[in-house]
Amino acid sequence: MSEIFRIIVCIKQVPGTTEIKINPETNTLVREGVETIINPFDSYAIEEGVRIKERFVSTGSSADDIEVVALTMGPPQAESMLREAISLGADRAVLLSDRVFAGADTWATALTLKHAIKKFEKYNIIIFGKQTLDGDTGQVGPELAHMLHIPFIGYASSIEEIDNRKMTVKRLAEDRYETFEIRLPAAISVGKDINVPRVPSLRGKLRAKNEKIPVWSASELDMDENHAGLSGSYTQVIKIFTPKHLYEVKMMEGGPDEQVEELFGKLKEINVL
Amino acid sequence: MEIKVDHSTCTGCSLCRNVCMYDAIEIIEGKAIINENCVFCGACIDACKFKSIEITGIAQTHEDFSAYNGVMVFIEQHDGIIADVGYELLSEGRKLADILKTALYGILLGHNLNENIGGIFDYGIDRLYIADNEIFKNNLDDVYSKLLVQAINKYKPDIFLGGATSFGRTLLPKVAAIIKTGLTADCTSLSIDEDKNILLQTRPTFGGNILATIITRNARPQMATVRPHVMEKCPVAKTEINEQIKNNHEIKKEKDFYKKYEDRIEFMDFDEGSFKTKYKLLSQEKETGQSINLTDYDVIVSGGRGIGGPDNFSLIKELADALGGVVGASRAAVDSNWISYPHQVGQTGKTVNPKIYIACGISGAIQHLAGMQTSDIIIAINKDPDAPIFKIANYGIVGDLFEIVPRLIKRIKSGKNI
Amino acid sequence: MHYFLTEEQQMIVDICRQIVKERIIPARAELDEKGIFPKEIIDEIAKSDLFRLFVPEEYGGMGTGIFEVCLATEELSRGCLSVATTYAASGLGFIPIIVMGNEEQKQKYLPALAEGSKLAAFGLTEPEAGSDAAAIRTKAVKDGDFYILNGTKQWITNGGEADVYTIFAVTNPDKGARGVSALIVEKGTPGFEFGKKENKLGIRASATRELIFTDCRVPAENRLGSEGMGFITAMRTFDQSRPAVGAQGVGVAQAALEVALDYSKVRKQFGAAISSFQAIQHMLADMATQVEAARALVYHAAKVMDSGEKNVAKLSAMSKLFASDVAMKVTIDAIQILGGYGYMKEYPVEKMMRDAKITQIYEGTNQIQRNVIALELIKRGVF
Repeated sequence: MSEIFRIIVCIKQVPGTTEIKINPETNTLVREGVETIINPFDSYAIEEGVRIKERFVSTGSSADDIEVVALTMGPPQAESMLREAISLGADRAVLLSDRVFAGADTWATALTLKHAIKKFEKYNIIIFGKQTLDGDTGQVGPELAHMLHIPFIGYASSIEEIDNRKMTVKRLAEDRYETFEIRLPAAISVGKDINVPRVPSLRGKLRAKNEKIPVWSASELDMDENHAGLSGSYTQVIKIFTPKHLYEVKMMEGGPDEQVEELFGKLKEINVL
Repeated sequence: MEIKVDHSTCTGCSLCRNVCMYDAIEIIEGKAIINENCVFCGACIDACKFKSIEITGIAQTHEDFSAYNGVMVFIEQHDGIIADVGYELLSEGRKLADILKTALYGILLGHNLNENIGGIFDYGIDRLYIADNEIFKNNLDDVYSKLLVQAINKYKPDIFLGGATSFGRTLLPKVAAIIKTGLTADCTSLSIDEDKNILLQTRPTFGGNILATIITRNARPQMATVRPHVMEKCPVAKTEINEQIKNNHEIKKEKDFYKKYEDRIEFMDFDEGSFKTKYKLLSQEKETGQSINLTDYDVIVSGGRGIGGPDNFSLIKELADALGGVVGASRAAVDSNWISYPHQVGQTGKTVNPKIYIACGISGAIQHLAGMQTSDIIIAINKDPDAPIFKIANYGIVGDLFEIVPRLIKRIKSGKNI
Repeated sequence: MHYFLTEEQQMIVDICRQIVKERIIPARAELDEKGIFPKEIIDEIAKSDLFRLFVPEEYGGMGTGIFEVCLATEELSRGCLSVATTYAASGLGFIPIIVMGNEEQKQKYLPALAEGSKLAAFGLTEPEAGSDAAAIRTKAVKDGDFYILNGTKQWITNGGEADVYTIFAVTNPDKGARGVSALIVEKGTPGFEFGKKENKLGIRASATRELIFTDCRVPAENRLGSEGMGFITAMRTFDQSRPAVGAQGVGVAQAALEVALDYSKVRKQFGAAISSFQAIQHMLADMATQVEAARALVYHAAKVMDSGEKNVAKLSAMSKLFASDVAMKVTIDAIQILGGYGYMKEYPVEKMMRDAKITQIYEGTNQIQRNVIALELIKRGVF
């Protein structure tokens, strides 16, 4: 193919949940120097983007004609995650960062991404992780796909075939695999079953260190501030709280024999046997 | 829009900093300072004992939503079989409708529907909108969303719910994007603020570490997807049909089967020719082989890191078999390739709520708990008395699972004392 | 501990640690038990550019030095010595091309080897020629534009898995060590076959095979350097590669120390963690001191060599000798600290001990290293 084939991977920086613990005394969150990480599912999205590029290259396309772009909306600190995306094989990255983007729900996020994606003269595939670790919604992908009027396939487990006009995608929906053919441009979201993300390469890391990452603000996206961030959101968080556990645990005491006997009694009591 | 700390009342106590997930609050010279990492989640506002923090400047709209009434449930079906979450949502929808003193609607799209859908009428539904057409044979989000949007615009429900299934989580965002309204994903609890008559949508975030209650503030309907297997199915014997909708129905197409429910059914009008899909469904296959559906079982016996290796899962299998259950696993066990992914329970695996969940050698990482803590009865077997799993278990055994489980299997099989 | 690494060196360490954590540790016990060649892990190592560390920039490498190779080897050895051996042995196989190859040979072979899409192997050892490398019998007889190769190489790491082999063969039987030449032989050349995979005490996942040559016609243009330069090629290659064997020792010893330390803190006997007992504390202290000393010697040797110093045989031999002896001692002590558990396959230290043994044997036994060191001492003095 002679004209550029662009794969845009939408990723998000999230707090690593391993750092989040609950203080059992007060039942409140204990935050110990939040470490931010690339949203785990988004690593699979980046990997799939890079693999699509490698597929085209292995069938004779020039690597220069296929571009993998990592895109995120977030605070300035998200830049480090975009560098990680480059070390994992993305060709370049763009950061959407502006105070007015803060507090966006999935709708406002999708709208902001749409404005950004429209700035690229062309895009062929948009890839998302199936959900984020913090928000956990998986809604931005389908909302954005609608805004761009392109098809969306969630939870893709493999891209069976792809050329520059269409692709065949297999996905697992509860108890069945479904295989679809869709025309490009199109969007997909991916889960962990689609690939095994690579370890960053040394050359990728060196390139990531030196790459210039452009930052686009609301004005560069031609966005009405009232449509961005919390102002542009239809939903609003009104309360955040930690789950309370209602029951007391009954511990089985004694040696293994006594413990098993007591448990056996309970199982009988609750009619499992 | 701005988030402000009133430094005249702020004591620098750092309660707000401790709850902030985004590293957005620093205590400088005894006062809380909020930096650019803030995403306006509001956690600090709830945590502050001095009411020093507030968010200002949110554009408030005071639209009149009085035209929107009733609770509408999207009832998902595959090949004419209603997904369980449909019944769960109707049960929940009935409760919400009762509080709001309004009607419960169902909306069902499919092809060649038959008496398999009869169960819908056991859940106190006032009216079921049906579209039975070949274009709805496969669950495709573009054709489905088109008709759902038409229905929402026409019938103006105040609340619209769907299952947080693979399909629901693709379809409802599309519908919300077209209607231009909010959508809250994967709720685990719904309630009504009776002062304002608005829907309070509660959902876990951070893998169940925290719960967030969300409202839809300036658009209708209030839309939410609801996590399957969380709401209880409660059939009701309802004979009265809601007053408001009693007089305006007619049945447009006839099928003998529908006669029985004719006062509760309305077939939707739509222009068949205008429904085009961008998706070409090439094939569908039931997941087999490694496929197991954990949610089909009443008993799940799960193994984690404490199992030690793939071979020892045979022990877990034996216990599961003895109890007529199925084998589950923690992410640690799956990531170590001891057992395949469909067995994984937790945030990145399946969410389950069996009658009995037995966790063997699972410490209970929060991500695992997120997937099983609504189980009716949780039994935990672990060497470490401080393992978090014991915090949510009903029954706990501190001990070596390799001593406990074989004895338990023997005990169950023999039925006699040890 | 701060080792004053540059940003790029730290990147190498980070990449290797991620490979160890995500790919090697979850797989190593099974690979060892079943003797499975770690193909997927090697592919990952290749994709991460680690083979490029050996190769100059103009041939697709990173233009880094022996120190960087040692860092990567040490970290990979912390995960599994079979993997590290496979990695280092490919380097060993193509270092002769770097040190002796002509421009065409470098252009032809190095880019794919740097990329890791092909592996190399080093073919010197024979049934009758171990430490006495001059005793090799494999013959290469000139026939027009070809050499006719006959003979058998034994215990060749990456044998069968590698695509490119550096084979040392006698081209002039009258000249002894000076009659040996080095030839590049590609897998698939008619007359080149492999024996069965050896069943070994340690590094069981690495491939060790016989190479069998029967009237194998090798183009004369595949000869490295002039005829008779083979022995010098081998010695110069070893000078370059020995610190990496030392790094293997440091890595496996470090891994065993980590397991022993963690275990000592959680294992309770007589009502207390065993790390509170002085007997254990002193063992841990000695182990840590030895590992640190070995690391210092390996890093020093590598840096001296990277500085361009030519007289490196002694230091290079010392780093291999000392670090491999430390590896053996520390892994044995780690088992002792774990007691019965350490003897069982549920814990990784017994594997580390089995693996560590080879570092005292291959690429010149530690006895040969002592010979080299003593000879250099006597010849050149202490400094």
